[in-house]
Amino acid sequence: MDRSYRILPTYTGDVSGAASALYELGGMVVIHDPSGCNSTYNTHDETRWYDRESLIFITGLAARDAVLGNDDKLIKDVCDTAGYYRPAFIALVSSPIPYLNGTDFPALARIIERRSGIRTFFVATNGMHDYVRGAGNALLKIAENFVEKPVEPSRGPESSAGPAANCRLKVNILGLTPLDFAVEGAVDRLQAILAQHGFDVLTRWAMGSTLDELRRSAEADVDLVVSAAGLQTAHFLEKTFGIPFVAGLPVGGFTEPLMEALAEAAGSGGNTLPCRDFRKAPAPSLTHACVIGEAVAAGSYAAAMELATGKAFRVITSLEDSAELLGPEDLFVSGEEAVEDALKEMELVAGDDFYEAVCPAGCDFISLPHLAFSGRNAVRDLKTMDPYDIEKLLAGRHLLP
Amino acid sequence: MIRVAGAGRGLPESAAVPIGRASFPAPFRSQLEFNPPVHGTWNIVHIGMRIPEAHQVYVCGINCMRGVVLTAAEMEARGRFSCVILKDEDILKGNVEQVTIDGILDVVGRLPKTPPCVLVFPVCTHHFLGCDMNYIYRRLREARPDVTFVPCWMDPIMQKHGLTPEQKLRRSMFEPLTERPARKGVVSLIGYDFPLRPSEIDGWLEMNAISLHDLPHCTTYEEYLALAEAELFVAVYPTALPGAPALAKRLGRPYLYLPLTFDAGEIRSNMARLAEALGLAAPDLTQAEQEAMAALREARELIGDTEIRIDMSMHPRPLGLAKLLLDEGFRVTCLYQDAISGEEKETFFYLKEHYPELVISSVIRPEMRYADRHSLDKVLALGQKAAYFSDTPYFVNMVAGGGLIGFAGIRDLAGLMKEAYLTPKDTRDLVVRKGLGCASCV
Repeated sequence: MDRSYRILPTYTGDVSGAASALYELGGMVVIHDPSGCNSTYNTHDETRWYDRESLIFITGLAARDAVLGNDDKLIKDVCDTAGYYRPAFIALVSSPIPYLNGTDFPALARIIERRSGIRTFFVATNGMHDYVRGAGNALLKIAENFVEKPVEPSRGPESSAGPAANCRLKVNILGLTPLDFAVEGAVDRLQAILAQHGFDVLTRWAMGSTLDELRRSAEADVDLVVSAAGLQTAHFLEKTFGIPFVAGLPVGGFTEPLMEALAEAAGSGGNTLPCRDFRKAPAPSLTHACVIGEAVAAGSYAAAMELATGKAFRVITSLEDSAELLGPEDLFVSGEEAVEDALKEMELVAGDDFYEAVCPAGCDFISLPHLAFSGRNAVRDLKTMDPYDIEKLLAGRHLLP
Repeated sequence: MIRVAGAGRGLPESAAVPIGRASFPAPFRSQLEFNPPVHGTWNIVHIGMRIPEAHQVYVCGINCMRGVVLTAAEMEARGRFSCVILKDEDILKGNVEQVTIDGILDVVGRLPKTPPCVLVFPVCTHHFLGCDMNYIYRRLREARPDVTFVPCWMDPIMQKHGLTPEQKLRRSMFEPLTERPARKGVVSLIGYDFPLRPSEIDGWLEMNAISLHDLPHCTTYEEYLALAEAELFVAVYPTALPGAPALAKRLGRPYLYLPLTFDAGEIRSNMARLAEALGLAAPDLTQAEQEAMAALREARELIGDTEIRIDMSMHPRPLGLAKLLLDEGFRVTCLYQDAISGEEKETFFYLKEHYPELVISSVIRPEMRYADRHSLDKVLALGQKAAYFSDTPYFVNMVAGGGLIGFAGIRDLAGLMKEAYLTPKDTRDLVVRKGLGCASCV
């Protein structure tokens, strides 16, 4: 049965994903929820909560208000708090009961925006989807609401020349949240790798960039999608401003081809998905090795491991909105039993440590700790992990013959 | 503006108010809610794990599930926790009852060892869809008569107008206790998570051959069931109500609520009621009281005029604690709590009259997100939230009363205050851990 989980946890939910994506942008996130969403999020899914303030609140929805439809309380509470803090924007986020009773969030957002004078929008969530959906929707809302048309477009339909040959290419990094990038310094390292390959990072969506910096994203030559949560925004920026995108993480030997793809996309204007398409080894379905996790990271690790070992790796993910990132031999699986089934023939699995509980006996396991899966159980391992160094990750492992 | 911190920006009266101007029982208007990064209090997962060998199954959407499944994982109890995920299509198809039944039976069937007892936690969604929970439990019991299914709830949407999930859980946790012959001289303490600290009661119980049983000391499911053999049930913690009296009534046994307290009169009264219920003479508590007061005076000499702040998660009677300390000359300046318990109404009005400048500060009001936590002077905090909001390393790391009881509890608290005053702790590391006293991966 695909709903029951005997031993595996669930991934971070959409509500937490939305809050995580918007955390650093100076807005106010209001989760329409009775209790628990904020505690769950800040305890298990948010590594910044203690040391860095952000305006993320719940409404404390009560049964009586939910039944009687007392939206006035929500509107007043949000406007009062917004008046106190004057955030850059207000994001409304929903949970199961408002979804169930059909709360009209777009209408509430319009009313709140009119009363508060602050840009307000609804991030489509209902507490029943995973963080890729929530973070992806949230970043898309930022793009739709705040990215400005460049005065002099560097590329796209209005550009006649594309990026100047002797200029460093400007890149937006899309899909950054601690849920996928919890290793301290991981985003700075990513930026440094890009810099070494001739790219200037224009924006980091959304760790380490301000909202004002994100407004200028349309000046970029190319977007690098580093998690599935960045994919919707990539499509929006491509459609609206003509910025091509490339999906992948610079891991081990996969770094060079990824950087080449990025430069090529900036020149040609075509999108590529190296995390999906780079793997060349024949017939992954006949092999017994896989990477399980978030699709961009898993595809990138699979590519890097293929280069390091000469063997094929299959990507397995349970996360939503990842279909575009999966190759024909890769798998989307839903539910614990499907995961167990997908892993049962495996001799080598790379993934979060919690997956080890459903790996077959004797299977070799490579640890890729993932905050969005095992939460704070992963944090200790994340402190010592170098997410881009495939040699270290594979060190001492018995690999396939 | 109220200056709670020693320096910096004050808080508006919407978030911090002198008790002289505070309302009872809700000093602050309901607003958006902030959740501070302080997690030592136990949640329903921690509490449910107290039943030995029991397994927990939650049935909800992924976002709600995340908090409880990782609570179990963090306390190294993944093997005792399973879940059934509800999706929006289940709601749209009206399929939630069937998914709940099938999911629970599926996970129970896949467990390596059948648990004697499964705590089942449906959620707000089940309420709002009008799910027939009786039908669900009937089907579960028909399918697995070898398992005791305990109906629990994770339904925080109901808590503002009714019982909290914690109160409901404590009530549910008594349900497997069935009628057994009462054993003379056995008292069962129910509805409290912590073992009681050694106190003046112990010697008196021993002298009178009274055996005190409690859940924290149960190591097997059978020991838990044997709690029903008590001739007297005792509750000491407020959220044990209303489950504890209901249990006593169902099993036809006497019951006492002897609340954890810092009030000398109430401590004496509790002991007298316990003795009377057991048909014994009440003990002489004079020496225990004198020792407690001496310990407090000693602590006062050390701590002097250092500012003290208390939060409501540290003890169910934070106002009572403040009253005791203020009356003994300590400098208590602030209480962190958003509601005043009905049990403390009298104490509230005492403090209002005698210490009107004592500040009550909200914990959850949105203004607290950016409250200035910096203090120029040393602050001694009693409780994790007070420590966080005061940004102090000097704090008593305790939740829910910590097992303090009687005059010995006052004596021990004085000792803990002295220790906290002298020895700084790593607040950042300690307060973010869930379920103080449980195993933690953090």
